[in-house]
Amino acid sequence: MSTAVAQKKGFGAFIWDYLTTVDHKKIAHLYLVAGGLFFLVGGLEALLIRIQLIKPDNDFVSAGFYNELLTMHGTTMIFLAAMPLIFAIMNAVVPLQIGARDVAFPFLNSLGFWLFLFGGLILNCGWFLGGAPDAGWTAYAPLSTVSPGHGVDFYVLGLQISGAGTLIGGINFLVTIINMRAPGMTYMRMPLFTWTALVTSTLILFAFPALTVGLFLLMFDRLFGSGFFNASMGGNSVIWEHLFWIFGHPEVYILILPAFGVFSDVLSTFSKKRLFGYTAMVFATTLIGFLGFMVWAHHMFATGLGPAANSIFAIATMAIAVPTGIKIFNWLFTLWGGTITINSAMLWALGFIPSFTIGGTTGVMLAAAAADYQYHDTYFVVAHFHYVIVGGVVFGLFAAMHYWWPKMFGKVLNETLGQITFWTFFTGFHLTFFIQHFLGLMGMPRRYWTFLPGQHLETGNLVSSIGAFLMAIGAIVFVINVIYTSVKAPKVSGDPWDGRTLEWSIPSPPPHYNFKQTPLVRGLDPLWIEKMEGRKGITPAEPLDDIHMPNPSILPFIMSLGLFIAGFGFIYQVDNLSYLWLVILGMGITLGCMLTRSVKDDLGHHIHKEDLEKEGAEQ
Amino acid sequence: MKGWMGKFRALGIFGFLMLVLSGCGKENLSALTPKGYGSKAALNLINISLGVMIFVFIVVMVIYAIVIVRFRKKKGREDYIPPQTEGNKALEVIWTVIPIILLVIIAIPTVAITFDLADESAADESLNVNVTGNQFWWHFNYEGEEIQTSQDLYIPTGEKVYLNMKTSDVLHSFWVPALSGKMDLHPENENTMYIQADEEGVYDGKCAEFCGTSHSLMDFKVIAVSPEEFDQWVEDMQNVDPEAQPETADAQEGQQLFQDNSCIGCHAIGASPAATGPNLTNFGDRTTLAGVKEHTKDNIVDWIMDPESMKPGNKMADANYDVSREEAEKIADYLLQLQPSDITPESAETNE
Amino acid sequence: MSDQTLNPETMPEQPERATLEGKNKFLGFWFFLGGETVLFASLFGTYLALRNSTNDGPGAEELFGLELVFVMTMLLLTSSLTSVYAMYHMKNNSFGKMQLWLGITVLLGLGFLGCELYEFYHYIHGEGFTLRSSAFGSAFYTLVGFHGGHVTFGLLWIIALMVRNAKRGLNLYNAPKFYIASLYWHFIDVVWVFIFTVVYLMGVI
Repeated sequence: MSTAVAQKKGFGAFIWDYLTTVDHKKIAHLYLVAGGLFFLVGGLEALLIRIQLIKPDNDFVSAGFYNELLTMHGTTMIFLAAMPLIFAIMNAVVPLQIGARDVAFPFLNSLGFWLFLFGGLILNCGWFLGGAPDAGWTAYAPLSTVSPGHGVDFYVLGLQISGAGTLIGGINFLVTIINMRAPGMTYMRMPLFTWTALVTSTLILFAFPALTVGLFLLMFDRLFGSGFFNASMGGNSVIWEHLFWIFGHPEVYILILPAFGVFSDVLSTFSKKRLFGYTAMVFATTLIGFLGFMVWAHHMFATGLGPAANSIFAIATMAIAVPTGIKIFNWLFTLWGGTITINSAMLWALGFIPSFTIGGTTGVMLAAAAADYQYHDTYFVVAHFHYVIVGGVVFGLFAAMHYWWPKMFGKVLNETLGQITFWTFFTGFHLTFFIQHFLGLMGMPRRYWTFLPGQHLETGNLVSSIGAFLMAIGAIVFVINVIYTSVKAPKVSGDPWDGRTLEWSIPSPPPHYNFKQTPLVRGLDPLWIEKMEGRKGITPAEPLDDIHMPNPSILPFIMSLGLFIAGFGFIYQVDNLSYLWLVILGMGITLGCMLTRSVKDDLGHHIHKEDLEKEGAEQ
Repeated sequence: MKGWMGKFRALGIFGFLMLVLSGCGKENLSALTPKGYGSKAALNLINISLGVMIFVFIVVMVIYAIVIVRFRKKKGREDYIPPQTEGNKALEVIWTVIPIILLVIIAIPTVAITFDLADESAADESLNVNVTGNQFWWHFNYEGEEIQTSQDLYIPTGEKVYLNMKTSDVLHSFWVPALSGKMDLHPENENTMYIQADEEGVYDGKCAEFCGTSHSLMDFKVIAVSPEEFDQWVEDMQNVDPEAQPETADAQEGQQLFQDNSCIGCHAIGASPAATGPNLTNFGDRTTLAGVKEHTKDNIVDWIMDPESMKPGNKMADANYDVSREEAEKIADYLLQLQPSDITPESAETNE
Repeated sequence: MSDQTLNPETMPEQPERATLEGKNKFLGFWFFLGGETVLFASLFGTYLALRNSTNDGPGAEELFGLELVFVMTMLLLTSSLTSVYAMYHMKNNSFGKMQLWLGITVLLGLGFLGCELYEFYHYIHGEGFTLRSSAFGSAFYTLVGFHGGHVTFGLLWIIALMVRNAKRGLNLYNAPKFYIASLYWHFIDVVWVFIFTVVYLMGVI
């Protein structure tokens, strides 16, 4: 089905198409739009925070509202912006990179998206229903259990629902990458982005259930009177810290690893060289993933776990610097001896290297437990994790969007606007966060609504706020770029960058079924190999035949809607037990959908050989 | 390419920033001007790790600069296809082994200092203070001394003072950057740390664990005085007569009002362990009101009339009392003359 | 996928993994169980941390009797065995026998669930021990209740599959569904063995 046909069907049909789609490429669009919107919301929250901190003793926003802002900024950026945007890229690219026609579980893929979206909506409903969550994105108990109103309830239910979506998405990608690779696509021939997607999915699988349990305990404490974190009932607040960080630390790697994958692909493509030390890169990726589960307590050095535990976790944390260092040097040596093209995508990758090196080195500094007693919960930490998450993940997402935009939408993003975005955002980013290292050491704890005059914190905060505005300008220019490109830019071929991997061997945007004939992979960078041997495209692994594709379904949407309704029931039954009817209604909808899905056969449909041939002739 | 100019400009701005920042923050607040055992140890460790890390950063940036300058696509060589290097064993071993060595250099002092700062062997023969964190103030109970204070913690210089810390509500974190790193307060378990001030002074302390609306207004002071002065202070505090008659008539009326409005129900004066609100025994000697405001009569009156406006979310906003502004002024008079000791924050600042 | 390919004359060796969809389901479900393991591990960790926090309420020693729990263990272990029989008959393509053994599995599961409800009822009304009694109570009901919830879901799932396919028999489309349902059932059983050990045995001894 070409896009022209879809456009003729009218707006209603267009919406229905996206509500029911199980096509990973369209799900990527959904993730991109939703994640992008949440990114703008989170960015707006960040701006309000920085305006509040532009001068001492400011009262631009009230203390209570400020706490809601900082909580929602963190929660939104991590769960509702970074994660879905990564899923957008993974959905758009991974099946294409492994030569698959679809993901392993198209239905679940769609369910994952709708769960995330409805969870995100619940989280943000707090703004309009008496106050957003205000206990920090880490929601440490007992502050989170005693926080009045329903704010934290929105946090609990929202994250629970969107977390379920993420877990489903993770399993989907695991099975897709393991089971759906094209003939010849061995593990050690997979592009690094696919590798990082695989490791990230594994981390999601093993990290998110810990958050699920933590959220359940918090929910029971808040809504049903249990006493997990209530000291007067014998509860223990440290349990939440453990559960949260057993999830929370791997979460950081869940975010950063795909960005590493993006940079590996981008640097290799635009220096026209094979990735240097591919095997070491794969090894380093898995090692980082593995170590990511061993270090959660470095977030708790000030909790009082004792010097032995602190030392062990300090050393384990430092160990992560080794594989990360290997990666940095491999990237540098991928560039070494290459012929480097610098465009928007490449700028983000090149900007990433120094930025992330700063973030990584401060990471090692933070790992030194006794020194962390000074850094902990100050702006030093704020600076560090923004260097890693903005300088790593957000730069990675920008690089990915510039790089794969033509693959997703058939058009190259405007280069001038792309460069303006990079330079404003890059400069603003360093202005905002570099100085915060010093603010922290000079005695400014994080999550401070205001700071006092006369403590030498004024200049740093002012500079930081100015930087934040530059970043905002960069982000706005990017949005303008997207609109401008979709209106003005010409269509491009399937391979605008002289690419190396399978996704560049098919048209842009790819047809519904991706590959007319499953490709035969003959090595790392399969398209490059074919190009070097003088062929135009990839050798097919099979003759042209009927293609089996899954059917669209509205069930994922309704199922998620059911949980959305049930979520409100859970939240409000504390005030009035009759809200339990909402729980029953919502759960009934969801379970009913599950039953329908289970008993109703869905065998998919076929695209016939004749139609494929006809389409080929048209192109 | 204009990108280059931007990069240099960015570097220039950083250089300027570094200059501005070469001041290390406010004395007695900043962790970069350490005055105590823990903060000096931490700064040593910070410097070691920072040194190693700057070395790493320079190495990366040198290679980075070479790469970007030398290997850009060149005019006339657009079709050049570079050799597809797979890797280089020797190089890869080097950049695995050297970082490990560098990390060991950091790890050894890390472990040593971490254990040193957790050393509790001297706790029994040292001064012990039980610290309670509250939304949004601090309470200090000198173990075995029959002294209770809030907000201002007096300690002697040159010796370890052990803090046994617990919270009465949500988590807090005790942080006096110029003296020592921080430690969290939990409701179910006591956490112990020690602080030691090497010089006399009034040190700024802050709550470093997010604790609600007025988290940012939960400042306190550690007042380090010479051991002799500290002994004097202990003696004065132990001899406080909570019911002593103030000298002026206004203050006497204030004392009466303080009792009539059950202020005393939450705010103890003297060594009573009740601490629903801050202990006011030496309120007249405080350096700040509520940790963050100037300690003036006007501010105290404003506070009594509307505590919520000065520290949102504090419990006094819900307290049941009804005083007029004139009455509040008399209460303030009474409170300001609660100065049981000659050892005050000034003793810490003037003495050498 | 046409009807013929899904309804072969004879079942292949591993009917649950004969199609790509089946293979995906099989692998995906194993991963899901991996995630479930972390979920229960977190609950066990919480329980272990709080099992002595009885807040002067009843503790494990006063509450737990091993007799009923032993019966429950036997019921669930046996049901695991019967579901193995069911899968054995699935591979032999004898649909009737598979349904029979699945039916027995369901009955045993229902028996287990009945005992558990009785146990909870007894604690709540006999001993006054609830979710709100103490942190120990919270941890106990959450851990054991999560397991009970899994049992309930598993039963509903197996029953739905049995009813749905009662008329049309076995094919390569529904074989993986039966298979993963039985996998789920085994997992529930394994979790119970841990609950039996950690909660009940360690609680009494």
